[in-house]
Amino acid sequence: MLQTRIDTGSATYAENREKMLERLIKLDEQLEKARLGGGEAKIERHHGRGRMLPRERIELLLDRDAPFLELAPLAAYGSEYEVGASFVAGIGVVEGVECMISASDPTVRGGTSNPYTLRKSLRMQEIARVNRLPTVGFVESGGADLPRQKEIFVPGGATFRNLTQASAAGVPTVALVTGNSTAGGAYLPGMSDYTVMVKEQGLIFLGGPPLVKMATGEEAEEEALGGAEMHSRTSGVSEFMAADEVDLCRIGREIVRNLNWRKRGPESRGAGEEPLHDPEELLGIASHDLRIPFDAREVIARLVDGSRFDEFKPSYGTQLVTGWAELFGYPVGILANNGVLFNEDAEKAAHFIQLADQVDTPLLFLQNTTGYIVGTDYERRGIVKAGAKMINAVANTGVPKLTLMMGGSYGAGNYGMCGRSFEPRFVFAWPNYKTAVMGPKQLAGVMEIVMRGGAERRGIEVDEEQLAAAKQAVEEQIESESDAFVSSGEMWDDGMIDPRDTRAVLGIALAAAHGAEVRGSRQFGVFRM
Amino acid sequence: MGVSASNTETARRTISRVLVANRGEIARRVFATCESLGIATVAVYSEPDAEAPFVLDADEAVPLGGVAPAESYLRAEAVIEAAVRTGADAIHPGYGFLAENAAFARAVQAAGLIWIGPPPDAIEAMGSKVRARSMMEQAGVPVLPGAELSSGSDTSAEAERVGFPLLVKASAGGGGKGMRVVGEASGLAPAVEGAQREALGAFGDDTVFLERYLEHPRHIEIQVFADSHGNVVSLGERECSIQRRHQKVVEESPSPAVDPELRERIGAAAVAAAEAVGYEGAGTVEFLLGDDGEFFFLEMNTRLQVEHPVTELVTGLDLVRLQLQVAAGGELPPAARQATLRGHAIEVRLYAEDPAADFLPQTGVIGSIHLDGAVPFCPPSASRGEDEGAILRLDSGIEDGSVVSPHYDPMLAKVIAWAPSREHAATLLASALRAAELHGLINNRDFLVRTLGHPAFLAGETDTGFIGRHPELSEPLLGVADLPVYAVAAALAGMGHRGREQRATGGIGLAPSGFRNNPSAPQRVEMIFGGERREIAYGLSRGEIEASVGGEALEGVVLHDEAPYPWPLDLEADGVRRRYTVATYGDDIYVNSPRGQAHLQLAPRYPGSEEAAAEGALVAPMPGKVIKLMVGAGDPVEAGQPVAVLEAMKMEHELTAPATGVLTELRVEVDQQVDSGAVLGVIEAAEPAD
Repeated sequence: MLQTRIDTGSATYAENREKMLERLIKLDEQLEKARLGGGEAKIERHHGRGRMLPRERIELLLDRDAPFLELAPLAAYGSEYEVGASFVAGIGVVEGVECMISASDPTVRGGTSNPYTLRKSLRMQEIARVNRLPTVGFVESGGADLPRQKEIFVPGGATFRNLTQASAAGVPTVALVTGNSTAGGAYLPGMSDYTVMVKEQGLIFLGGPPLVKMATGEEAEEEALGGAEMHSRTSGVSEFMAADEVDLCRIGREIVRNLNWRKRGPESRGAGEEPLHDPEELLGIASHDLRIPFDAREVIARLVDGSRFDEFKPSYGTQLVTGWAELFGYPVGILANNGVLFNEDAEKAAHFIQLADQVDTPLLFLQNTTGYIVGTDYERRGIVKAGAKMINAVANTGVPKLTLMMGGSYGAGNYGMCGRSFEPRFVFAWPNYKTAVMGPKQLAGVMEIVMRGGAERRGIEVDEEQLAAAKQAVEEQIESESDAFVSSGEMWDDGMIDPRDTRAVLGIALAAAHGAEVRGSRQFGVFRM
Repeated sequence: MGVSASNTETARRTISRVLVANRGEIARRVFATCESLGIATVAVYSEPDAEAPFVLDADEAVPLGGVAPAESYLRAEAVIEAAVRTGADAIHPGYGFLAENAAFARAVQAAGLIWIGPPPDAIEAMGSKVRARSMMEQAGVPVLPGAELSSGSDTSAEAERVGFPLLVKASAGGGGKGMRVVGEASGLAPAVEGAQREALGAFGDDTVFLERYLEHPRHIEIQVFADSHGNVVSLGERECSIQRRHQKVVEESPSPAVDPELRERIGAAAVAAAEAVGYEGAGTVEFLLGDDGEFFFLEMNTRLQVEHPVTELVTGLDLVRLQLQVAAGGELPPAARQATLRGHAIEVRLYAEDPAADFLPQTGVIGSIHLDGAVPFCPPSASRGEDEGAILRLDSGIEDGSVVSPHYDPMLAKVIAWAPSREHAATLLASALRAAELHGLINNRDFLVRTLGHPAFLAGETDTGFIGRHPELSEPLLGVADLPVYAVAAALAGMGHRGREQRATGGIGLAPSGFRNNPSAPQRVEMIFGGERREIAYGLSRGEIEASVGGEALEGVVLHDEAPYPWPLDLEADGVRRRYTVATYGDDIYVNSPRGQAHLQLAPRYPGSEEAAAEGALVAPMPGKVIKLMVGAGDPVEAGQPVAVLEAMKMEHELTAPATGVLTELRVEVDQQVDSGAVLGVIEAAEPAD
């Protein structure tokens, strides 16, 4: 049972909390932007046509009181496109089944796909595939954002390949058509296992009336060309015709109920008691200044069931905390940074990951590291080999991995602690997190040294003013690029979360990860290091 | 005093096994006393009563088969055969059914069984209202002017002689069956016709009786008891003035209108009446009491009355036990012969009926009936204890899950309170009823609570016009404006219930209820109350609860308790903290608080598939038999015009046209049995005039 040593009366705690609350206000603002989609006027017009907003549709599809974990809600933050990328997606429970639910947002540029929309939807398909989550999508999209078609058209084909490959892999796909589904969009319902169309609202055609007119001269009428009646009675493109959107959700639920879905991972086994310590305190625990370390055990104590944590190798490699716990009743192995990674920490990590593989236990990485230690002594002792062992283990483990960014994520530390490239099932980030190849000051400092060295070799006098300006510029650039909001906008994580929601978010993600078989890789016995 | 004393040959016999030729609460009441005396019990039952609590209460039970009373409880031979088969040595008839059937009483005796009731001759004498009246007149008991109508009577002439307003009622039987008030001559013929039809249906005898009708008299009745040793005693009065449709609703003893001197006089008249017919056992002599203290003999009920518990609680006597003793030839004990009235007892009859819809009887399943602190059939001697503690008694034929069928009286239970004073008893009874759980059927509970708390009732102003004078009694205890917090309690209980189920499954079920990392809408549920569909929005956010109903937020909502979903809900809203219990039966939700009970309906989450009944449809409000059709297919009808008569729950219900237009379809015939909700006909509305 983890004890806490936090002093909630300390100045550090108060400052951390204050700064975190500032970041959370910004998070709320951005989430509200995402919810507002195309803005109030567009929403009013959409409602005026008797149609629901994407989240209203999702709400009605979900079981009563069921959770919905919205993924990548800040996608496209910092880009020319609206926050959220005109596409809502997440994990929710329908008829007791954890599903990947998505809905295009027709209030944003008619629900057209921009490059961010495409990246988001491909990521959602990937999540559905690897975690074996049946997908239910509300389709109402004007297709590709034509001015950006070159970035979308060719890679966008993967959307359709993914749909049918999911189907082939035994992960069902359901399309609920609430509006236009034209051209390439026609293949969204087309490639789904089940398609439902709303009467006098859903439309599916390869070419709409204008294109038909251009192509063949035929004067086609919309409903006759691709309406719900026609597709439900004549073409058979639609399996069910819904009287309205409410009926659509009813039918969608009926379809999911009849999937007779069984998750392939083991059931949760524990009672899943709440942690003993208050998650509210995470706001004051997470460092605002990433140079100030904090004890990851304080986070674990506010995250896992009953605050129970059995630490592995506690006296060896003490910059990395490893151990066993349960989250939402599922056993989990945790690796958490308490600072920079030394040789011993890296080797302990590799050892621990192998142990998790041996007993098919999922892994949770809690990242807060400036990376692997540098210096002659450590190089002589083979820090590169030690780091390689850790990265090797992380990359090749067979068990599901979850990653939480709770502070710094720099250098190869991002890799060794299972950053996005190492295919964790989910990555979530706190608003205080920063990621870059190295810290902005270090990077600027390195740049200065390199520049001075170059000038020296060439025998040129260093322009101190120019160098200072360049140093400041790069520092600012890195500082802004490493910002959590920018990272989240680029979808380097699956969502920025309020630290107080960490248990719920990771619990839902871990439950979803059990949709697929949980099996470690076992090529050799465990190498002790 | 001479008549009953002549019956000297009676020998003491022993009763060791009693068959009750009845059902429901009265069967259970008799069984309760038998059990306390070690007497074995036998029930008889009809097909719909196969699972009824009284059947399970009895040591043994004999199925009579059949559904309607005529096919079951009224089959005298089958009942006697059941007694013979089980070796019962006595039959208790309860009230209603065969209780006042002299032929049955004789048949019981002829079979060598003890009849727990008065001598058949006495039943017969009192059974004919005309004969009873003349006997009473001879015995010096004051009577109202009246006349019996047999076939060939000149109805109008008889009515003129009696004088208007007058009452038309079945000659046989008691209670309110077949009773009608006629204000003037024009209304006479249909009233007589209707009364004859109901009398024939209920008692197999269409003789009816006309009687002068007092506008707002009090209904005072005397409980008499007589044994075969010449003792005839009065056990004091009961006042049963609060009636509707001539059915008693509230009964009490003593009456606030009766002082010791009047009690003495009425009691003496009642004893004289009993003696005049050679009465034995328990009987009730009913009188009408005018404003001036004048009283008239109404009738004598030769059986145990529904309202006997109030007499039991003020006298401390077990009347069923006395019946058994007297029937076995025993003498009334001194406690009965010198009975005095102590404290005050009030009984109310809980009915499955809708006070807001003219007391329309309801049928269906009772979800729960629970009154805190009520003792079932509690021994009357409890009220004679040294302490002056109050008593709450529940005489009920039903339990949780019981079915109220259309075949019998819709009375659910009698609730009786005893306390040292009348006001105390009324207050106790009202608060117990207010807090009671009565789930499943619309009932008259709120009506009873309002009656018991009404200033006029508390002032003792309780003549037979009470209910008619106070239409506000039909207002529900909780108005629509009170219901939002109940709806929120129901929504939170629903959330708690789902939360418990989900947590039990583990995994994602452990996520906080309605978790959203990007909250776009509160959790919602829609309920129907006050005739409208309303959205209840609720949500827990970092320990804080927010709730709104129909878009209006409730202020200061707090769920008090350590546990996340306490039961009952200890909920604070708008500055008041109360405990609420919530029970659901399908889409029906009942929320109880000390303030009363709210009934809410969960609205379907995905409405639209159910086909609504056609506009202008003439729908049967309850299961029953069509006994009359006033119009034919193709006839024009006015909105509100009587179209058909449905007989259900032993009452006739007139169905009126829902709209003005033409009856384009008539889907039923006379004598056809129909289910609740059945479309009897369709009226195509006429085009609006403009």
